[in-house]
Amino acid sequence: MTVIERVAPAPVAVRPPRTSARRERWQRRLPLLPALVFIIVVTQIPFLVTLWYSFQSYFWDTPGGAHFNGISNYKSVFTNANFRSALERSVIMTVVAVIVAMVLGVAFAVLLDRKFFGRGVVRTLIITPFLIMPAAAALVWAGPMLDPSFGLLNYLLAPFGIHHEAWLSSHALGSVIVVMIWQWTPFMTLIVLAGLQSQPVDILEAAKVDGAGALATFRRLTLPHLRPYIELGILLGSIYLVNVFDAVRLMTNGGPGTSTTNLPFYLYEQVNNAFDVGGAAATGVVTVVLTIIVATFALRMFASVFQFEGGGV
Amino acid sequence: MTASSVPARPGRPGRARGMAGRVGWGVLAWVVAIAFFLPVLWMVITAFKPESAAETWPPRFVFRPTLSQFRLVFSGMGPYLTHSVEATLGSTVLVLLLGVPAAYALSVYPVRRWRDGLFFFISTKMLPIVAAIGPLYVIALHTHLLDSIWLLIILYTAMNLPLAVWMIRSFMLEVPREVLEAARLDGAGRIREMTSVILPVVRPGLVSTSLICIIFAWNELFLALNLTVTNAATMPMFLISSVPQEGLYIAHLSAAATVASVPVILVGWIAQRSLVRGMAMGAIK
Repeated sequence: MTVIERVAPAPVAVRPPRTSARRERWQRRLPLLPALVFIIVVTQIPFLVTLWYSFQSYFWDTPGGAHFNGISNYKSVFTNANFRSALERSVIMTVVAVIVAMVLGVAFAVLLDRKFFGRGVVRTLIITPFLIMPAAAALVWAGPMLDPSFGLLNYLLAPFGIHHEAWLSSHALGSVIVVMIWQWTPFMTLIVLAGLQSQPVDILEAAKVDGAGALATFRRLTLPHLRPYIELGILLGSIYLVNVFDAVRLMTNGGPGTSTTNLPFYLYEQVNNAFDVGGAAATGVVTVVLTIIVATFALRMFASVFQFEGGGV
Repeated sequence: MTASSVPARPGRPGRARGMAGRVGWGVLAWVVAIAFFLPVLWMVITAFKPESAAETWPPRFVFRPTLSQFRLVFSGMGPYLTHSVEATLGSTVLVLLLGVPAAYALSVYPVRRWRDGLFFFISTKMLPIVAAIGPLYVIALHTHLLDSIWLLIILYTAMNLPLAVWMIRSFMLEVPREVLEAARLDGAGRIREMTSVILPVVRPGLVSTSLICIIFAWNELFLALNLTVTNAATMPMFLISSVPQEGLYIAHLSAAATVASVPVILVGWIAQRSLVRGMAMGAIK
């Protein structure tokens, strides 16, 4: 149940024939085993059990425990409009949040790459939203920031003709996405900034001497150099943002209606409110299969991120 | 600043314009940063308000600060804080114990299919844990781990281990090959090589890896919410409990959110340089 990319095997370092090759192989393997066994047991067994339950009818609140019911859980997953809309919403939330956060991240990184008074403080302020506990961020946005009758945002927007807007009812999805963007822009900023600062200065100087404008330099030299950093940010950001739960649960509780219900929240509801373990398991299996398909493509697309530097003596 | 001080050379901006541009960039950066930081600032300000001053229109910026919300928060958060510290530190230590040898086996003396190994670790991060939450609950129930701190330690370790292996591996690649060879010629065994050659070099890397693990574990809500009740409930759950069904709560919530976030914010502020380095290196290399 995992995505294992097959890449050309690493060149095997040739060892002196003094030690037997077999013993040597195990000596190399041994330090890896504890972590490997741990991660296989903890991450793969739950998914095997999920697969098992996906063919069972199992409700928390019904006595008698689980019993086999074939593929009926899967049938209801594929006929359920709520699942499909939760899936769509997950995709929309992730794509919009990752793209906007990355665009802002590039802009902030370009700002931070220049010398100005108090640059360290500015960087500190900008990374703070990434560090704040997501549950705290969600609750602070839902209450002190966005409350219709005394929230700060409505006060700041009053000069623009906005009066006591109930953001979490009228623009629920947008509000949740804004908080996701707010929390993940710093992450993108830091990664892009690391890329900017690793850019060789002499090339930029040469471009300047050749009379290249700032914009042309950015487009022709800086952006290509940043590409692996941007791809990495998009990849890692997507991994985390597709699983966003705190903001949905604590800001809108999936509502109004199901207008902010993404897949994680949908699964949470299936287990916690509908007590439908079997149904949630089938939903989970479908989610995992979709994830594997997307991840396989993503890993191929972002191959330049993984320019391995081989180690070994 | 007079424009005539230095005649601008053709094709280059004059010094005055350069200076003005620099100030302009600085001002822009400050405005952006303050706007971005505003919600955090507002959270901290609101935390010092009496409840009656927190829920007013227009919002009040001048008020008599009080510590009463913080007192309330501190009186209630004891067990939650303990659980959070246990789960965070326990899982981070376990991540290092498992991750350092694994990273070693993927970098210094790599196993034959180290690329597959690396990809396997990162691919487990792509599996959505939410998909297995019902079965996880059942497993935890049958293994008597439900609502226990060990369950969180195990799950947070699995959550952070892949990223940690990637990061630590990239730091280990920085150990100069010649130093390793010199140590081996001196007859150092692998254990001594590890303790006296590799660990000193990668120590800063281990610190930034730990910090990232601490941030993710401290902030985790989904697993804690689903798998714990009282015996292992963590700080994010304390936060949720600070929002009552009815009545005024904004100031109290802000104080709780401030207290819950401050440890990780401070850790991140202090370590921001190594955070950048860690995050960029951990995966770029």
